[in-house]
Amino acid sequence: MASETERLTGAEILIRCLAAEGVEFVFGYPGGSVLHIYDALFKQDKIQHILVRHEQGATHAADGYARSTGKPGVVLVTSGPGATNAVTGIATAYMDSIPMVVITGQVPTFLIGNDAFQEVDSVGITRPCVKHNFLIDDVKKLASTIKKAFFIATSGRQGPVVIDIPKDITAHFADFVYPETMEMRSYKPIVVGHPGQIRKAAELILSAKRPMIYTGGGVISANASEQLIEFTRLLGYPITQTLMGLGSYPATDSQFVGMLGMHGTYEANMGMHESDVLIAIGARFDDRVTGDLPKFCPDAKIIHIDVDPSSISKTVRVDIPIVGSVEQVLQDLINAIRDTGQKPNADALSTWWMQINAWRAKNCLRYDRNSELIKPQFVIEKLYEVTQGDAFITSDVGQHQMFAAQFYKFDKPRRWINSGGLGTMGFGLPAAMGVQLAYPNAPVVCITGEASIQMCIQELSTCKQFDLPIKVVNLNNRYMGMVRQWQEMFYDKRYSHSYMDALPDFVKLAESYGHVGLSITKPADVEGALREALAIKDRLVFMDFIIDQTENVYPMVTAGKGQHEMLERELA
Amino acid sequence: MRHTISLLLENEAGALSRVAALFSARGYNIESLTVAPTQDPTMSRMTIVTRGSDGVIEQITKQLNKLIDVIKLVDLTEGTNIERELLLLKVKAATNNQREEIKRLVDIFGGRIIDVGEANYTIELTGKCGKIDAFIKAIEEPLIIEVVRSGVSGISRGNKSLHI
Ligand SMILES: Cc1ncc(C[n+]2csc(CCOP(=O)(O)OP(=O)(O)O)c2C)c(N)n1
Repeated sequence: MASETERLTGAEILIRCLAAEGVEFVFGYPGGSVLHIYDALFKQDKIQHILVRHEQGATHAADGYARSTGKPGVVLVTSGPGATNAVTGIATAYMDSIPMVVITGQVPTFLIGNDAFQEVDSVGITRPCVKHNFLIDDVKKLASTIKKAFFIATSGRQGPVVIDIPKDITAHFADFVYPETMEMRSYKPIVVGHPGQIRKAAELILSAKRPMIYTGGGVISANASEQLIEFTRLLGYPITQTLMGLGSYPATDSQFVGMLGMHGTYEANMGMHESDVLIAIGARFDDRVTGDLPKFCPDAKIIHIDVDPSSISKTVRVDIPIVGSVEQVLQDLINAIRDTGQKPNADALSTWWMQINAWRAKNCLRYDRNSELIKPQFVIEKLYEVTQGDAFITSDVGQHQMFAAQFYKFDKPRRWINSGGLGTMGFGLPAAMGVQLAYPNAPVVCITGEASIQMCIQELSTCKQFDLPIKVVNLNNRYMGMVRQWQEMFYDKRYSHSYMDALPDFVKLAESYGHVGLSITKPADVEGALREALAIKDRLVFMDFIIDQTENVYPMVTAGKGQHEMLERELA
Repeated sequence: MRHTISLLLENEAGALSRVAALFSARGYNIESLTVAPTQDPTMSRMTIVTRGSDGVIEQITKQLNKLIDVIKLVDLTEGTNIERELLLLKVKAATNNQREEIKRLVDIFGGRIIDVGEANYTIELTGKCGKIDAFIKAIEEPLIIEVVRSGVSGISRGNKSLHI
């Protein structure tokens, strides 16, 4: 029987394509240029549209959905201000290599270039912060372009892709055919690592006396946790992770030495610095990780596994680069190590672990547990206990983010959702919406600060509309804490505009949005409040923790210092 | 060091601006850039002349390769190659003396006078960058009215080629 192709409008084709991609949610906000698309959305029931309150919220929500599930997040916004509002969220996803497809409406084709109402060059504006973008000029190309967009967003080093669709095209008709597969002559991500390089890496790894495994977000993107755990346990080597990498190896495991970098643990940074073989996996030697480059890992031979060739030797020259999918390369590397029949140098390793344990004994994350004021670290520790380490945690940007990374021990990947690369305040709450939609019955906690939360606070309304029982932990220090910390340390305590004056009453604010608000002012009440909040399964609870204003994040590698030159907390 | 990088890219709207934007966003330098379609109208050939340390050139080629529209790339500097640039030059040619002198130079450099005006000549010359530089230098500066250089196009010698 000859299959009959259907004639559909561009808007209908778009929706059908999304459905064919298995898209569950579209995070969006309507406007003139996308009205045909919204009409098509109205007439179907496969895809749920989540109406946000600001397009930035849509992008972060889609991003949170993507980070927690591994599936691409989808956004739909109108032309002009809709698109520009989405840019922060697109850039956030780009910096952290998060798969996302963003549909922006555009003025009709015949008006493009005329400075039409709500016209903006969306392809131009987003070009530097997308993996790729498209402007559709013919409805016949729509379906194949959408296929390409999903293919590009979710393969290789993942990232956001923008599709700009002029309004007239969403009304034009075309035969609907959705391609099953996509081949592009100009885009062929490398999956399998070079066998010779893998063999060389295996030899170097086995010859190590002071090895360190350093992993980043790439392990999570590649869903390579299982391989990473097998690899790390097979060798018995210490492992440290970046802010983006947390969770892909269990933080409660004894081989885990904590996060590295600017606010990494003493043992992780010293271990990096003293290592003789560094195995970098899905990490990109970011400046927040390396500290002063000339002082970075002076004795180490470096192996670098990454899916993106341009990440290799970008900031730090490496000795054995392996380009390929992290999951595949790790599996091949495990096999190559096994094939040698050799074991790591047990004597050297035990000496190395003694050294690492001596560094560990410094207890670099210590803080004053007897404080009369609530310490942010204490809140996170209690949150960890109360959620038994099994919640999805999103965060904003600042001290609270670092405390969350240091004190919540993530044992599973895709549980720690934060803006690492761009450091976008306002990310936490909308990201939590995407996570909660993906996992309606799981505890989802947004750890935030009173400055960050106000950057996307309007999304409390979205949470109400869609009954998202997110738990907000607001570590309220009445300061842009991270800014204040830098001003205290490097600007002689001139707290220039880092004070959050005129704060709202967050409890009343939450209540006015229809949520539950709790104010917590004493350390003794912290655990009770968390238990109470987490017991409320069907409501959003906003916990406003009034914390010590003076607390700082330590250890700290300050600008121009090597990773081994950390400032530490002084305790009375 | 100076490098000549040649690429095949999809003849898509915006492909050129992606390349140009990459150079400006990452602070790489472009000495010249030429681009035009190939025998296959869906594909363009681009030649970029750039300068940088080995590390920078390595990043440039990697970043270019990473662009979705780039199909294939070769650093022509790595083998023997042929580079040519086209010069169109308009010069004053009012007096007999000036005309004679210019004709002489054009002959020496193997160029052609392609347009003769009342008081000016338009000259066409192709060659390596250095030859074009030398020719422009040889003409007395006050005589020069307009200099139009195409930028470098490059191709590798012998059996080597950039194709898909
Ligand atoms: C959109 C945006 N603007 C500015 C900054 C710079 N910045 C980084 S941390 C920070 C302060 C955050 O304060 P708060 O949310 O209260 O968190 P705290 O550091 O107090 O825990 C600022 C302003 C940023 N990261 N993002």
